[in-house]
Amino acid sequence: MMEIIKVGMADLNVTGYPNALTTLGLGSCVGVCIYDTKTKIIGMIHIMLPYSWGVKNNTNPAKFADTGIPLLIEKMEELGATKKNMVSKLAGGAQMFEVTRSEFMNIGKRNVDAAKKVLYEQNIPIVAEDTGGNYGRTIIFYSEDGRLEIKTIGKGTKTI
Amino acid sequence: MNLSNSEINEMYLDVLKELGNIGTGNAVSALAMMIGRKINMKVPVVKMVKLQEVPEILGGAEIPVVGILLNVEGDIEGFIMFVMSQASAHLLVNMLMGTTLNGYNEFTDIEKSALMEIGNILAGAYLTALSTLTGFKMIQSVPQLAEDMAGAILSFPAIQFGETGDTALYIETEIFEESSRIVADFFLIPTIESYKKMLKALGVA
Repeated sequence: MMEIIKVGMADLNVTGYPNALTTLGLGSCVGVCIYDTKTKIIGMIHIMLPYSWGVKNNTNPAKFADTGIPLLIEKMEELGATKKNMVSKLAGGAQMFEVTRSEFMNIGKRNVDAAKKVLYEQNIPIVAEDTGGNYGRTIIFYSEDGRLEIKTIGKGTKTI
Repeated sequence: MNLSNSEINEMYLDVLKELGNIGTGNAVSALAMMIGRKINMKVPVVKMVKLQEVPEILGGAEIPVVGILLNVEGDIEGFIMFVMSQASAHLLVNMLMGTTLNGYNEFTDIEKSALMEIGNILAGAYLTALSTLTGFKMIQSVPQLAEDMAGAILSFPAIQFGETGDTALYIETEIFEESSRIVADFFLIPTIESYKKMLKALGVA
């Protein structure tokens, strides 16, 4: 029986075949999905902010791209995944409102950029992405073949 | 005086509850004047919620909601945000425009303007209350409106709070008119510097 396991905001989870991982209503946050092509072990993290440095309350590593992605990889390795077999997919990073205040400018794009930088440093290729725009996304990541299903309101469903 | 974080939070909550009461009172008077009918309000709920629970406030991360966002500038800088279910937003529009609810379609431009105007009035009411309590001057920007999944809309205040802590503060406002019940979630999101300034002015820190 396939189980679809939820990943909350600022949280991460890992699972193996035949299960799937999902996170609901991604806005400016970014969903980073990693797939081990050999073992079919998958991991997903719902990142809220790019970097943990400079942020006072940074006790939850899953909230940030810089601390969350390495932790996700570690959790996958604990399940038996191997880093050199890992590929990744990204979704989210929307700009929900046109914000004029510079310091909060497009946090969605900053999250996507940070996730890409960390994945590059970790040597994990990004094979697909659906990021940006001004709309929310619900994503479902299947261990079966590493496909990522993306649902929106009014903009349909697609698979990457 | 040395206070623990939880003591500060408790005191801050009390002050914000008062702010919620005054603000909601102001908002209801303004709305009642606008539509020329009597409106009742319920004492609002003020809560600290875990960030992970934020999208659940309106019944799930995928529920379609309407969000109205305003920029705040002046002595206090930050954002104000209102989040309503589509049903509540429709009731508000009907109340304001004297129309009746006929199922959900996308809001027309006029309906969106009406909602943003309500956002203006509500924000003004809360800012006036805050200004009365603190003596700070604040100016609100033109509101912006977005309709999308609750999780996506609420990721905005959640991220802003995410820089200060793992909990979000929200004020739930309930407005009644005859059989209509409208629930609007109100988020006050000051910048970190303004947050400190506000705590000090409110006599908490």
